[in-house]
Amino acid sequence: MNAKQSELNTQLNLQQQQGVKQFLTFFMAGEEYGVDILTVQEIRSWEKITVLPNAPEFVKGVINLRGTIVPIIDLRLRFGLPSTEYGPLTVVVVVKVELEQGVKVVGITVDAVSDVYSIAEQDTKAIPSLSDSSDDDYVAGLVNVGEKMVALIDLQKTMDI
Amino acid sequence: MSIDLSQFFEVFFEESFEGLDTMEAELLNLVPAEKDLETINTIFRAAHSIKGGSGTFGFNAVADFTHVLETLLDQIRQGERELTTEHVNLLLKAVDCLRSLLAALQAQDDPDLAEANALRIQFEQVLKIQESTKQVDIDTTQQATDKNTYQIDFKPHHHLFKTGNEPLYMISELEELGELEVTAFYDEVPEITNFSSDECFLHWRFFLNTSCDDKAIKEVFEWVEDDADITVELCGGVFIDDDSKAPDTSAESINAVEQSPSVLSTTETAPNVTQSKPKQAGTNQAKKVSSTPESASIRVGIDKVDSLINMVGELVITQAMLNQLSEQEITPSTIISLQEGLAQLAHNTRDLQENVMRIRMLPINFVFSRFPRLVRDIAQKLNKQVELKLIGEQTELDKTVMEKISDPMVHLVRNSLDHGLETVEQRLLAGKDPVGTVTLNAFHQGGNIVIEIMDDGQGLNTQKIKEKAIAKELIPADNHLSDDEINELIFMPGFSTMDEVSELSGRGVGMDVVKRNIQLLNGSVEVSSAPGVGSTFTIRLPLTLAILDGQLVRVGLHTYIIPLISIVESLQIDIKKVSRVGKNLDVLRLRDEYIPILRLYDIFNHENAIESLDKTLLVVVETDNQKVGLLVDDLLSQQQVVIKSLEANYHKVDGISGATILGDGRVSLIIDISGILKLSGLKKPGSQELSIEPDNIAEML
Repeated sequence: MNAKQSELNTQLNLQQQQGVKQFLTFFMAGEEYGVDILTVQEIRSWEKITVLPNAPEFVKGVINLRGTIVPIIDLRLRFGLPSTEYGPLTVVVVVKVELEQGVKVVGITVDAVSDVYSIAEQDTKAIPSLSDSSDDDYVAGLVNVGEKMVALIDLQKTMDI
Repeated sequence: MSIDLSQFFEVFFEESFEGLDTMEAELLNLVPAEKDLETINTIFRAAHSIKGGSGTFGFNAVADFTHVLETLLDQIRQGERELTTEHVNLLLKAVDCLRSLLAALQAQDDPDLAEANALRIQFEQVLKIQESTKQVDIDTTQQATDKNTYQIDFKPHHHLFKTGNEPLYMISELEELGELEVTAFYDEVPEITNFSSDECFLHWRFFLNTSCDDKAIKEVFEWVEDDADITVELCGGVFIDDDSKAPDTSAESINAVEQSPSVLSTTETAPNVTQSKPKQAGTNQAKKVSSTPESASIRVGIDKVDSLINMVGELVITQAMLNQLSEQEITPSTIISLQEGLAQLAHNTRDLQENVMRIRMLPINFVFSRFPRLVRDIAQKLNKQVELKLIGEQTELDKTVMEKISDPMVHLVRNSLDHGLETVEQRLLAGKDPVGTVTLNAFHQGGNIVIEIMDDGQGLNTQKIKEKAIAKELIPADNHLSDDEINELIFMPGFSTMDEVSELSGRGVGMDVVKRNIQLLNGSVEVSSAPGVGSTFTIRLPLTLAILDGQLVRVGLHTYIIPLISIVESLQIDIKKVSRVGKNLDVLRLRDEYIPILRLYDIFNHENAIESLDKTLLVVVETDNQKVGLLVDDLLSQQQVVIKSLEANYHKVDGISGATILGDGRVSLIIDISGILKLSGLKKPGSQELSIEPDNIAEML
């Protein structure tokens, strides 16, 4: 057993003890967002997609993910942020979301993937409910990691389309 | 030893339900006046298997109930009792009752025994009617033979337990026949080191003092005939009940058995039976979830499997050939053989695909077979005389489609019986045969299966439908609808012309549900009717839901697929034949029809498409008897596509029925023609806006 593994084990123990969860974070328009790492199925690069007619603007279309049809959602547009050009650097994070209709596999486009943080539940702060804007509905909470602030995304709400 | 019998439960249930189906079908074939022994024997055999199986598995309620039923059948079989219609009715009810009992047991619920008991009393009453007369001679024969003692040697082969048999059950069954003396021999039990707990090393000798004959005894061992040496001998009528009279060896062995620690028999199995019970209770929850009504298994004919194996063999050969080619140097000649090899591969793949699809195909008989009973019951209830004709029962259909089509069909048949066929008096008045006919006909047509439900009744009352539709403001009073179009109105929601609501139909829900269910399967339903002659419902369904022949078309920068089956023709628009109707509807005069032109790029909001109509390609498609033209930029290839669901990870998209993956890995969307019609605002005939009726357009022009 090497040091890395024991570290992982202690982390796992910590998780069980204090409700610590790991979050994958990524950047969008300069801000850092996080999703529960257990919902992430894979990370892919941007590829050509098939447009769905009459779909909402943030639904960019569908791709073929090894034989299944997976919709791609532009998270910038979903959050009401200005959209950017898609390029080879655009990243698609494929997540599994448990919705009422069952588990759905959805791809979300983000600017760049950042890091993985372990975050304890009690460190998560609720967002100040000042604005009436529905955009902040998609954020489950805020958390400070060092100097930075990370917004944790509520995937259920985000994907409920 | 412990054998978990529950692992055989599913097989038992499956077999029992099949047995019940057989019984039902054969019962319906029975004509009381004709003594058809073969049929009665078939029914008897099915009942007997169910009784045997349920006894073995400890479903005593089922076994007891089947026993009475079997007794009646046996008497009929032996010619001791005349078969009457009453018997057939009673037996049919019993089949229903058994089915619900078994279904309850399968779902691990407690079966409701009230009905079974009531029926059982009826059976016993029927059995008694003649019993009194027969009693006399039975008594005399029985008295004369009195009781006999049989010596039965039962020596099971070692593998007995592996066949799922349990000697204990047989012993207790023997015990029911009379006084039983059991001797177990353990001389073959090996040393503990060589001992194997799942083999049977014991054998038994029984002395049975019984009034039954040796047939009854042999019946007990019927299931293990091939797995054991069994001899049944009549021994001089003396029952050995005294130890001193019994052979010494047997007396010793009785004692020995009781003391022996390695006994596999009676004493040890008893606790096992009880032990397994809590375990079953534990698995209850999981079982219930998994036992959804749509059964997950499928029976495939061995010929289909064999042909699949052949195909795979060919595929392997082709693959080997291609492999060999790839190792050689590339020369013009190898390129030719490579191309040949690839063609072969394409051929093999297609064959394989077709054959795999055929596995899912079952004869439509699976649906048809439930109708004789249904028709019989309804006809009795309505006091009508009906003959049911089934044609094309062997027509094959995808299993999934089959499961979903049976309810709509039941509804249509019920309707035919209730509304379509007249009563005997009415038929006689109309100069028709008093016996009405309902015909179910299935056949293949193109890539479709067509199911027709015909009756020779009074036909639809078009005038009444029209009045009702006008009263309900479904159509304007001054409409120009043809009779066929008015008849189609019965598929509208909330439409019923029945003056009175009957138990069977007439509540106005139904026909629209039928139509919707069929449309969900990408099928269509039509009605045609002639007053006084009868009406015909025609259901058209695709053979399979998984694959369709598609025409690839280009709209702007996007590739779409139009199901080939709905394409009537494709043509280049001659701008001189196009007229504008209303604000933004273009129609094309095609021979003597007017075809509305739908701009796909407009409906789908795509850019970069050709907008001018002149010389542009138009794909004329037909759905629900309505033709429309879809404007496309280009016609690409035709190919078979595998339908993938969009709903799995997204939700339904209007105008799109699904997606598929093209050869280059890209996703392409399949157009749903009726969805497109809805999107474009062109509704189907039968609705208020019949603006595209040829007559109307002609007037406008």
